[in-house]
Amino acid sequence: MSSRLHVNPIACDGHGLCAELFPERVSLDDWGYPIVDKSPIPGRLEPHARRAVDACPVLALRLEQLAADSRSAAAPL
Amino acid sequence: MSVSVQRLLLGLHPDGHPLDSDEHLHRHGPLSGRLDRESLLDAVERSELRGRGGAGFPTALKLRAVAGRRGRKVVLANGVEGEPPSGKDKVLLRYVPHLVLDGVEVAARAVGADQAIVAVSQAASTELAVLQSALRERGRPERLEIRVASVPHTFVAGEETALINAVAGGPPQPTATPPRPFERGIDGKPTLVQNVETLAQLALIVRHGPAWFREIGTRDEPGSALVTLSGAVRLPGVFEVPLGTPLRELVAEAGGTTQPPRAVLIGGYFGTWLDARTAFACDLSEASLGAAGALLGARAIAVLPEGSCALAEVARVSRFLADESAGQCGPCVYGLDSIAQTMGSLSLAESFDGDLRIRRWLGQVEGRGGCHHPDGAARFIRSALDVFADEVALHTRGQRCPGRDLGLLPIRSRPARRAA
Repeated sequence: MSSRLHVNPIACDGHGLCAELFPERVSLDDWGYPIVDKSPIPGRLEPHARRAVDACPVLALRLEQLAADSRSAAAPL
Repeated sequence: MSVSVQRLLLGLHPDGHPLDSDEHLHRHGPLSGRLDRESLLDAVERSELRGRGGAGFPTALKLRAVAGRRGRKVVLANGVEGEPPSGKDKVLLRYVPHLVLDGVEVAARAVGADQAIVAVSQAASTELAVLQSALRERGRPERLEIRVASVPHTFVAGEETALINAVAGGPPQPTATPPRPFERGIDGKPTLVQNVETLAQLALIVRHGPAWFREIGTRDEPGSALVTLSGAVRLPGVFEVPLGTPLRELVAEAGGTTQPPRAVLIGGYFGTWLDARTAFACDLSEASLGAAGALLGARAIAVLPEGSCALAEVARVSRFLADESAGQCGPCVYGLDSIAQTMGSLSLAESFDGDLRIRRWLGQVEGRGGCHHPDGAARFIRSALDVFADEVALHTRGQRCPGRDLGLLPIRSRPARRAA
């Protein structure tokens, strides 16, 4: 099982906690807004991803569970 | 020989008077009431009509997506046309309102809607008045309530989720998708959002059939389409031509160029610059323009002459696009603003590395909005840096190019910059 991180850019206010808590998949652009790497997150990193999701003050992050056999399935935004 | 055709724009009054109901029926004949829903969908499918609002999505698929939903449905005709260099939708609304309204009725029948809204910009006061009077003239159709809605005059208001918010009286701001409008739109009902030109084409396909529709255009991109041609041409305006018409022939139809052309903007302010030689070798089809790296989009085309300062034009439009951000997403609000500011310095030859910073930022705004506003703006600006590379090189060395700002690309002025 793996997962994928999504950010809702309309909800995001650029607090930047996600990049602090989950630098493996989140970096910040020149204005402090998160650039999310959409590659699958292996199970061992998932607790970090979940911490980032939980810490977001505006609930702009979502963790999508990927079925083991459909890693390439189109991700809903 | 003329390349224009008269389908949508058949028999217009030269004085700009709209065709009234009788004149409309005289030119096009009555709208057949016989076709049931499945035959309608089948006719649209066989016509292979694609949306004329810019995205080019197959119309039959869009109709079927809404037709297949349960409950009461809505048709939302998009006549907002917030793009300053485009005038085609306003031409339809102003001159042939009954063709658009026929299309609204056809679409409502095809998807099973009992409510329809024609949305127009608040600034389009003439078009609003013409539509209202056309609606009064027609009387209420059976099992369908049609009304006209005016929405704030902004660039993003034409984006379909922003339009749905605006029609409901809210701010014209996009919402996160899904749900898409065909799932949840006006009042939460499945909603067909369709450009008014697409609807007008539906009104013709129902009358004359899919084979007739496909008699002109290319095999993959059949039919006619409206093109707004502006810039350094003798007779700028809206033309109806078969898709696949060579750009050279369209420009000849407009009386030719007024000065030697330097570049052509294809597809409006979300579009692509091509140098004149490349552009004039292209046909007005996604296939031909796509091979040259451009998108035909909603077919707003502007010819920029030699002797104009392209960077001044691009800087002005970049500022407009930044100011027209709906203000919801950080990368769009701050990114487009940074880019526009630097493009301004570059146009004044006051930045020696502005192009490099802009390219870095373009990569940071693309794909990072809730709608495609930053993506479209990025395409426009990136292609400008590519096509006007010589001008950029001069400006970054502190020299101005010999051209002047001719103010060919129109923008609307805003009273005040919106806060982010």
